[in-house]
Amino acid sequence: MTVIDDRPAGVLGTRMLRREDPALLTGEAKFCNDLNLPGALHLAVLRSPYAHARIRSIVTDEAAASPGVVAVYTGADLMSQWASPMPSAWAVTADMKNPAHYPLATGKVAYVGDGVACVLATTDAAARDALDLIVVDYEPLEAVVDLEDALSDRVVIHDDLGTNKSYTWDLKIEGHEGQVDEAFAAAAFTVKERYVQQRLIPMAMEPRAVAAVPQPFGGGMVLYSATQIPHILKVMTALTLGIPEQQMRVITPSVGGGFGSKLDVYAEELLCVALARKHKLPVRWNEERGEGTVATTHGRGQIQHVELAADADGKLTAVRIRLLADMGGYQQLITAGIPLLGAFLYAGVYDLPQAYDFSCTGVYTTLTPTDAYRGAGRPEATYAIERAMDSLADVMGIDPMELRERNFIQKEQFPYTAMTGLTYDSGDHLLAMRQAAELSDYAGVRERQKTQNVAGSTKLLGIGQASYFEMCGLAPSRVLASLNYSAGGWEAATVRILPTNKIQVVTGTSPHGQGHETSWSMIVADKLGVPPEDVDVLHSDTAISPLGLDTYGSRSLPVGGVAIAMACDKVIDKAKKIAAHQLEANEDDLEFAGGAFTVKGSPDRTMPLAAIAFEAFTAHNLPDGLEPNLEAQVTYDPPNFSWPFGTHICTVEVDTETGQVTVLQYVAVDDCGVQVNPLIVEGQVHGGVIQGLAQALFEEAVYDTEGNLKNASLAEYLVPAASDVPSLTLGHTVTPSPTNQLGVKGIGEAGTIGAAPAVINAVVDALSSLGVHDMPMPASPHNVWKAIHAATGNAQGASK
Amino acid sequence: MKISVTVNGTVHDSDVEPRTLLVHYIREVLGLTGTNIGCDTSSCGACSVHVNGEAVKSCTMLAVQADGTAITTIEGLATDGQMHPMQQAFMENHGLQCGYCTPGMVMAATSLLKENPHPTEAEVRLGLEGNLCRCTGYHNIVKSVLAAADK
Repeated sequence: MTVIDDRPAGVLGTRMLRREDPALLTGEAKFCNDLNLPGALHLAVLRSPYAHARIRSIVTDEAAASPGVVAVYTGADLMSQWASPMPSAWAVTADMKNPAHYPLATGKVAYVGDGVACVLATTDAAARDALDLIVVDYEPLEAVVDLEDALSDRVVIHDDLGTNKSYTWDLKIEGHEGQVDEAFAAAAFTVKERYVQQRLIPMAMEPRAVAAVPQPFGGGMVLYSATQIPHILKVMTALTLGIPEQQMRVITPSVGGGFGSKLDVYAEELLCVALARKHKLPVRWNEERGEGTVATTHGRGQIQHVELAADADGKLTAVRIRLLADMGGYQQLITAGIPLLGAFLYAGVYDLPQAYDFSCTGVYTTLTPTDAYRGAGRPEATYAIERAMDSLADVMGIDPMELRERNFIQKEQFPYTAMTGLTYDSGDHLLAMRQAAELSDYAGVRERQKTQNVAGSTKLLGIGQASYFEMCGLAPSRVLASLNYSAGGWEAATVRILPTNKIQVVTGTSPHGQGHETSWSMIVADKLGVPPEDVDVLHSDTAISPLGLDTYGSRSLPVGGVAIAMACDKVIDKAKKIAAHQLEANEDDLEFAGGAFTVKGSPDRTMPLAAIAFEAFTAHNLPDGLEPNLEAQVTYDPPNFSWPFGTHICTVEVDTETGQVTVLQYVAVDDCGVQVNPLIVEGQVHGGVIQGLAQALFEEAVYDTEGNLKNASLAEYLVPAASDVPSLTLGHTVTPSPTNQLGVKGIGEAGTIGAAPAVINAVVDALSSLGVHDMPMPASPHNVWKAIHAATGNAQGASK
Repeated sequence: MKISVTVNGTVHDSDVEPRTLLVHYIREVLGLTGTNIGCDTSSCGACSVHVNGEAVKSCTMLAVQADGTAITTIEGLATDGQMHPMQQAFMENHGLQCGYCTPGMVMAATSLLKENPHPTEAEVRLGLEGNLCRCTGYHNIVKSVLAAADK
């Protein structure tokens, strides 16, 4: 008998088209706002127009009498609904100050957009119309919009805390505390820079949406939400509302992007559940974009003080970092911990001795709360070290690429235990940089600069790079414990072989654009020797997938995907027992390939998985003591983070008369280990790079001194359009991760991490001959022109 | 007010509030939820549909202004269960990730090719500047449209 391997050859690593696409392309996919919920009440939230104010009184009578209105509530009215304040899962220090934060404010408001009252009505329009009829008497207080001003406590936002400072968190190398000062004293070269990570608005294209649906006969609550974290949301809503956890079910329909902004537990989710419980009717809420720009968390918002010390060869001898991080008006789910996710990366990809000193202080301001935004802490860290490396190269008068090469951790040094105690799994920075240099014609651009960047030229050419590490695959639970994070970092998977040899995979990851259904089916197809179309991937419903920790931090593949591969192994182990029993062979003599078990050396003694699946189902002839059916569940706690890396090189031309930056070429060479689906990997890099480039050139949440967001819409906040950005040139290297069986690393945030410093380094490089040494983000025409003007002291522009 | 609109080939006679936007009419009255809403300033293009064959952001029109017109939404683009070549091109070139901007992007892209069947990359980028995407960085969207143009 010949064993026919009908498995498509080498599914893993192919550019398989996404199974998610047809539903999305034809409009058949259902997003939260698309759900048809007859009889649902609509929630609308009245938001503070003041950044900082005391609420003197709220009068709701007229709103309550408005057509279609069912009820109007203030914060005080709903206090009895909450078993605890809104969750904040990351108390980074024992003495961290964290004000009680409720879904609707009482007493005081702490940012423009803070909810103060809400309306339930039979239609969305009726609910929103009635908001205008609520009369709130505010006593306006001074806004606090500047981080350094906030730290001065000139105006204290939360009276009970007595200060705006939330915490100071330090990372010092035990036993080597003095080494930093010594290194700076002995350094041949030092640089000292101050960078500002401007506030960014994540702007997922789908605004948030929520619907809470009470189940009949007191059967608990189904919460639909456009969230990245159904599992975490389930636990947190149960705790915050005092609902027994088994009565909470969270379902996320199709989700239109998150980028960290949907990694949260929001007031509107809690309000919908509380009011659905109270009214015994479905309650839904849809965010309008203008409200989302203030009511959904922002990202970044840091002032970074960066100091590098180096010896005469430019080898780094010490890094000292002082951060001031903007919490906003309150902490959301993991606000305080975001800078910590970058704390380990301020030496970047460089071989640094034990001389590392990091300290971060978190402060409250009267602005929208910050939280995760694509990269979360790591783009900030990478920006700081990669910009400072260019400064160091400038001080030394050597090419920035040469300086990086002198400092790279060498390929042979991996796994590399860094000064922080973390182990970097694998890397080959020189290889990635050389490929990027070749793709970008680095040497050629340097030559062209000699003829183009001459006195009088108004179109200056610049080239800049960033070499990065992304600490991702969140995360080993014990490491999270050491950082005082309240949860673990594991992921769960179940692989179930149905009687007809079709496969169900249940994952705790929760995709919102990443194509998990496609990629996970490829992993299973490869492991079990079945066609990927026979594999169904179930996710994003806590009743179907009760265990999981969701999708963020580029964790889904290196944690969730690996868990699936491990569950496949476990199923194969069980199937092997059945095969051995039926083939009357020793388990040790069986090998599994191409979807069948075969006795080694006897190709005619074989049993396909399909036959075993049916035997497991009928249970007529199983080994003694073996349970029927083929199903295995695995919970995988990764032993390490995963460490993707790469080099990005950006080439720009800067018009010195208008300040306009034109990106001529953008090269990204990324290494995320083994690629399950290169099509999807490239898509992640494309999107990530443009988001990082957008921070560098376009985006900033601009506030006035009274704490009003001045660009609170997509008409004013510059999410780049197709015409604003270039096509990208991608390369890649493959350095497998040794910490998991697939050899994979994450890739969701890498593009964003590499892009901002590469772009700004290029802009500064272009303008260096004019004496420009730094460029605030975004490098808008206005900011570029100002920087040129400041450097040249010429109000008429730089080139005259 | 009473209106009569042909949507994806079917005539709908409806009575709508004068303030009803076309996008709300399409989504809430007709139940065609493939047309998405991404903003409130007519900036994002997620709600793009074809009105009498031309791409229109359906949040920029009142339902009453659509009286007597023929509208195609994303649900009306595929024929006989076969995706439109533009939908196919988006799938083949990974021109979508979360898929929220996608219906509007596809409607804008088909309209673009109708006006300019063989655009350059720069013309595609300019032609789609009214439609925002946060996932793809546009690279593969542009590639998808150029691929559809080549067919």
